[in-house]
Order: sequence, then C-alpha cells, then structure tokens
Amino acid sequence: MMARLLRGALAAICLLLSVIAAPAWNPGEALQDPVLEQRARAISAELRCLVCQNQSIDDSDADLARDLRVLVRQRLVVGDTDSEVFDFMVARYGEFVLLKPRMGAKTWLLWGLPVALLLTGCGVLFLGNRKRSNSRRLPELTDSEKERLAEIVQSQ
Amino acid sequence: MIVEFGHFALVLALALSAAQVILGFAAARVADVRMFQATGNVTLTVFTCVALAFASLMHAHFSSDFSVINVFENSHTKIPLIFKVSGVWGNHEGSMLLWALILTLFSALVAVFGANLPDRLKSNVLAVQGLIASAFLLFILATSNPFARLPNAPIEGRDLNPVLQDFGLAIHPPLLYLGYVGFSVAFSFAVAALIDGRIDAAWARWVRPWTLAAWMFLTAGIAMGSYWAYYELGWGGWWFWDPVENASFMPWLTGTALLHSAVVMEKRGALKIWTLLLAIITFSFSLLGTFLVRSGVLTSVHSFASDPSRGLFILVILCIFVGGALTLFALRASQIEQGGLFQPISREGALVFNNLFLTISAATVLTGTLYPLILEALTGQKISVGAPFFNLTFGPLMVPLLMAIPFGPLLAWKRGDLFAAGQRLMWAFALALVAVLVMLYVATGAPILAAFGVGLAIWAIAGSFADLLGKAGLGKNSVGVAITRLSGLPRSVFGTFLGHLGMGVTALGIVIVSVFGTETVLTMKPGDKVEVASYTLTFDDLTPFTGPNYSELQGAFHLTGKDGEAVSTLISSKRQYIARGMPTTEAGIDTHWLSQVYVSLGDNTDDGATVVRIWWKPLVTLIWFGAVLMVFGAVASLSDRRLRVGAPKAARRAAAMAAQ
Repeated sequence: MMARLLRGALAAICLLLSVIAAPAWNPGEALQDPVLEQRARAISAELRCLVCQNQSIDDSDADLARDLRVLVRQRLVVGDTDSEVFDFMVARYGEFVLLKPRMGAKTWLLWGLPVALLLTGCGVLFLGNRKRSNSRRLPELTDSEKERLAEIVQSQ
Repeated sequence: MIVEFGHFALVLALALSAAQVILGFAAARVADVRMFQATGNVTLTVFTCVALAFASLMHAHFSSDFSVINVFENSHTKIPLIFKVSGVWGNHEGSMLLWALILTLFSALVAVFGANLPDRLKSNVLAVQGLIASAFLLFILATSNPFARLPNAPIEGRDLNPVLQDFGLAIHPPLLYLGYVGFSVAFSFAVAALIDGRIDAAWARWVRPWTLAAWMFLTAGIAMGSYWAYYELGWGGWWFWDPVENASFMPWLTGTALLHSAVVMEKRGALKIWTLLLAIITFSFSLLGTFLVRSGVLTSVHSFASDPSRGLFILVILCIFVGGALTLFALRASQIEQGGLFQPISREGALVFNNLFLTISAATVLTGTLYPLILEALTGQKISVGAPFFNLTFGPLMVPLLMAIPFGPLLAWKRGDLFAAGQRLMWAFALALVAVLVMLYVATGAPILAAFGVGLAIWAIAGSFADLLGKAGLGKNSVGVAITRLSGLPRSVFGTFLGHLGMGVTALGIVIVSVFGTETVLTMKPGDKVEVASYTLTFDDLTPFTGPNYSELQGAFHLTGKDGEAVSTLISSKRQYIARGMPTTEAGIDTHWLSQVYVSLGDNTDDGATVVRIWWKPLVTLIWFGAVLMVFGAVASLSDRRLRVGAPKAARRAAAMAAQ
C-alpha cells in the first residue's frame, strides 16, 4: 500500500513537472488525431534541439527543431511506438538527442547517485544514532552499589 | 583620466587586500590591539578603492566613453539611461568588478558591525575574506581588465545585448551576487573557526544573520531571474534547468540547509562539524557557479565571452579555495567537540531530515549539471541531461520535504512527540484532504496526480499557519488574547512562518499552472477572436513602432469577459534591435488576480496572418509570490531582537539597572 502510494506520488510529481514546457511549434504541424498529437508533443519535449542551448524541439524556434518535430510526427503516423521513435532519433543523431539520458553503462552513476546518496545518508544517520544511544546508556549498578544506595535512602 | 584613476584604484585594492591577509593572520597570532585595528582599517580602504574603481567604470558608461573597450562593446549613445547603468555589469569584465565590489562590501560590513566579535576570530575572518578578494582582483587585472582602452575611439558603440536590455536584468545580477558572495562570510567564519580549532554556539549566532542576508538576496535574485526568463524569452517557461540556472540554485539549496543546521548549532550546540562543512560547501557552489558561468564552459545568455585562459584562472581559484578549505576541514574537524544529544524524533531530528534532503537534491542537481561535461572530457561521448532528468530526480526529493515542513516547528528540542504534533496538525490535514477531494471532483485530466500535488502544497501552507496560530494559543484563549500573544511572538517565529508558507505557495503555483495551464497556437488576422479560459481574446491590429534603439511590430489585443465587457488590452511585439540586428519577442502579459494571460507573436504567414501563441497561466504568479514571502520571512527573522546590533547589551544594561 505504502509503496503504491509512494510510486503514485513520484509519478505525480514527475508528470506535473514534465508538462511545464511550452511549445514553439506552429499550427500547421499538428496532427489531426489528438491522441497521436499528444504523444508527439510528449516525445518532442524529451528530444533536444541539437543546434540550441538546452532547449527541447518542442520549445525551439529553430528550423532544425521544426524539421525534427515533423519527423517525429511522420514516424508516429507510420505506426512507430514511442520507443521506436526514440530509437530512430538516437540512431540518426546519437544519444545526445535525448534530454533524459538512458540508463546504461555510461549513465548508471548519473541515475544511481541520488538513490545511493539517500541510502548512504539514511545509513549514516541510523548508525550514528545507534552509536550515540549506546554510548549514552549508563552501566547498571553493581550489587554492592545497590546496597549502599538502599542504606543512604534509609538513613535519610 | 577618470578611467586610469579607476584602474589605479583597482591595483591599489589588490595590494591592500594582500596586506589585509598578512595583517589579519598576523594580528590573530600575536593578538596585538593596534594590529587588530589596522586590519579593520585596511579592509575598509580596500572596499573604498574597489568602489572608486567601480564608480569610474560607471562614469565611463554614463558618459559613453567609447575609447574604453568595455563601453564600446556594451553600450550605445541611444540606449536609455538605466541600461547605460546596468550595462556596467551586463558584460564579463564589469560583472566581475561587481563581484569584487560586493565581496569587499561584505568584508567592510564585517569590519564595521563585528565590533562584538572576539578579536582573533574577526581578524582571521577578515584575512580569509582578503584572500578571496586578492584572488579575484588579480583575476580581473590579469585577464579581464574593464579599463582597457582602444587606440582610436569609435564614434558609436556596439550596443548592449538586446536580451539584457530590460529592467529585470538591471537588478538581477546585483541581487544574485549579493547572495552568491554573501555566503563568503559564512565560508570565512568556517575557515577562521577551523584555524582556531574552536567553535561554539556564539559562532553560530554571528554566522546566522550573514547567511540569512545572503540567502534572502539569492532567493530574490533567483526569483527575479526566473520571472525575467518567463516574460523575456517568450515561451512562457519559468524554469529551464539550464546549467546556469542550476549554478545559482545549488548554493540556494545548500544555503537553505545551512540556515537550518545553524539553528541547531546555535540553540543546542549540535551538528557543529556538519554546519562548518555546509558553510564551506555553500560558498564552494558559489565559486563553482562563477566558474561555470564565466569560463565559457557553458554557452548561454549569461556567459558573455569565452576565453580559455579566464576559465583556467577561475578553475585554479576554485581548486585552491575549495581544496584548501576541505583540507583544513579534514585536518581540524576531529578536534571540534560534538555536543547536544537528541532523539531522532525531535526538532533537531527534523532539521537533520531537512538537511539530508536539501543536500541530496543539491548533489543531484550538481551531478546532472556536470555529468555531460565530465563524460565528454573523459570519454569524448556526448550526452544531454535536460529538464526531463531533473524533473524525475529532483521532484520526488521535494515531496518528503514538503510533507515534513509542518512537523518541524511543532516538535520539541531533544525529544519530540510526533503524535502530539500530528494532533495539532489535524485541521491542516483536513484542509489538505478537502483540497484533494475538490481536485478529484474538478480535475478531469490527470486527477490523482494533480490532486496529490495540490494537497501537498495546501498541507505545507496550512501547516505553517497551524504552527503560528498554535503559538498564539488560538483555540485555547479568546481571539483577543490570541492576537495580543501573536503580536508578542519573536519575529523569528514569523520568519519561520513566512519562509515555510512561501515554499507551500510556490509549490501550489507550480502544480496549478502545470495542471490547469492551457496553450493555444493559431494563425490570426486582425479582427479574429479566440477563447482563453473564461475570456475572449481579440486581435486588433499589427502596427510598426520605433523605440529609441529598436524598431518593432506591435500586435494589439483586447480581452473581454463572458458578457462581452472589456477587461483589458495587451501589447505583444516582435522587436529588432538596430545596432546588433538581433530579434527579440516582447510578450504581452495581462495579470488577473493571481493568474495571467500570456500572448507571444510568432512568424507571419504568407497570406498576411500572424502565428499567435496564447497561454492561460492560472495562479502562475504564486510561484514568485512564494519567493517574495520567503524574502519577507528573512527580513522578519533578521529584524529579530536577538540579532539586532547592540540589542543584547541594551537588555543586559536594563537588567543590571533593575537589579540595583
């Protein structure tokens, strides 16, 4: 239950944040089929405009970006799945075209680091806390000490 | 003549700041009163020299002295006065001079307001500040001299980069630099403490106001930059995860963590070593940001010129300061005594939680920003790390933070009661739940996701109120008593309240505009109408207009309400700057309550129509309004009695008199 909630939460935030980007595409480019067009927009937001500064082809005014937007739509009309479109683009332009790099040999550190840090941080805190609470625990009184204590209490 | 005078003042500043370093360290060694005083005086003189240098560069821009290369390349006789002024820092050399000016200003402020600091600590701090100033003044003089002349003075300048000709830009860099460089004070205090090998709660009390002030300016600077990008770049986005934006965001994240950990250190004497490390890391991020932006490693609006020798120079400065400070930390940190034990569920525990997530998110942003650079340098392979990556990694890290915000201030120090805090947050939770249910009912697109986001934001907002009203005793006392108690609360309580409220408000703006924002792209001819949310937008006409140093095509629009009543008019234009022949879009933005209609002009089509891009941005202004609340929170906290200069003394004197 908790895991499902959490996964939902993560997905929520990701989806919310990923639709912020605004389009620079022109009205003539849109596909007739709204479902296909929606997919085209989502794919465009994850492809880099190769001649721009950190812009997706969905955001960019550049001619190349327009050509790529048209290309994405052509592939979709032909019947490509989303991942086939990405594969097609990567085959043509290299990994550089993906704004969200694929997990692989050269990017595992990139994707793994946040998770690794979170686990390490939690681990350090947990161990540190245990060590501290252990060192805080006072040694129990010995029997002779208990007797003395009882004597002191009675004599009061 | 004035220009040469400025150049001379800058050279003098370099020599004197070197003297400041030697005097400061020596004074701390021999503990001589006159040397302590001399260190302070030299610090003030360095600031005066840099200020004179800056003033003379400003004069050159002001009087359009095109014999100065810097003025020739970044100014024009016809630009409005304000851009002649902002043109001073709208270029590499000038912005570095501004950097040095603000750095020496902060040193001078420490010298003036640090009267109640222990002499040794103060001298060491000023010496470290002097070291940073020396490095950057040397950098300016050796690689980026703003006072260089041209042999033959041209009649006209090349104009300031059109994108930068905007009021937002006029104040964005100074604010950002006040934040960036302000963290140098926390850094210098940390290094001074490490040199001394001792650190106590008083240290945290001195460091907190400086950190708070730097954080306040950085928050304002980032928000300003974001709003500037929103209205100037013409595609309605307000955060692009651009490497340069990330460069300013990383010190903000760790600076926020530093603010919180310094609280623990001041109140409870715990987390000393961690706070020192955070102070070092935060300023290191500022230096890294300066390197990334100034070196030309990244090309963007912000990097005005790329020259490898400059990049190398800043990289060396970066390595010396970061490496030096971390080495010192590694050598000395073990000598520092850790104090203040606490249970995991406690105020301290909550602040550690905050620190954990803030530093990990900073590390995530750092990795994403540098990974492509490093991978290419090592293997030659090119990859991109863009917005989709950051949204996927950074976004989820913010969720636990927002969830924890209401709990933090309600937990007691040392050992807190999560259940009791939860009880006091019942109605905040109820409000968030109502918001979720309303969203589920209203939203049709992605209901669960949107509802969760809104609920989270409302939870943070209501939770902030719950803490404040709880402290005022609302519910337990009559409303009158609660108001009296509210006005009697320390201002730092309002600081916490406003800071946390601001986070919630910004989050709410982000979620709402992402979920309910709409976009319409169409070709329009004068007279055409289109529906935008509950309004109708009419395209009136397209007319040419000539400004002082540009010409533009202005599209006039008007908005009407449901019943046809006029609401407002908008002007959106496509501008061409004459000197550089560079086009920009000037979006037409109309604000209704907290929402905006955003209109941007595209290309003209062959049949005489114009491509018009229209966005409905519901509650978008909350994104920046939240930042304004955070800034107000910092102001409230800074004005707290405890932190005011001389306040503790006055209180002590009053107490002494009462005792007599």
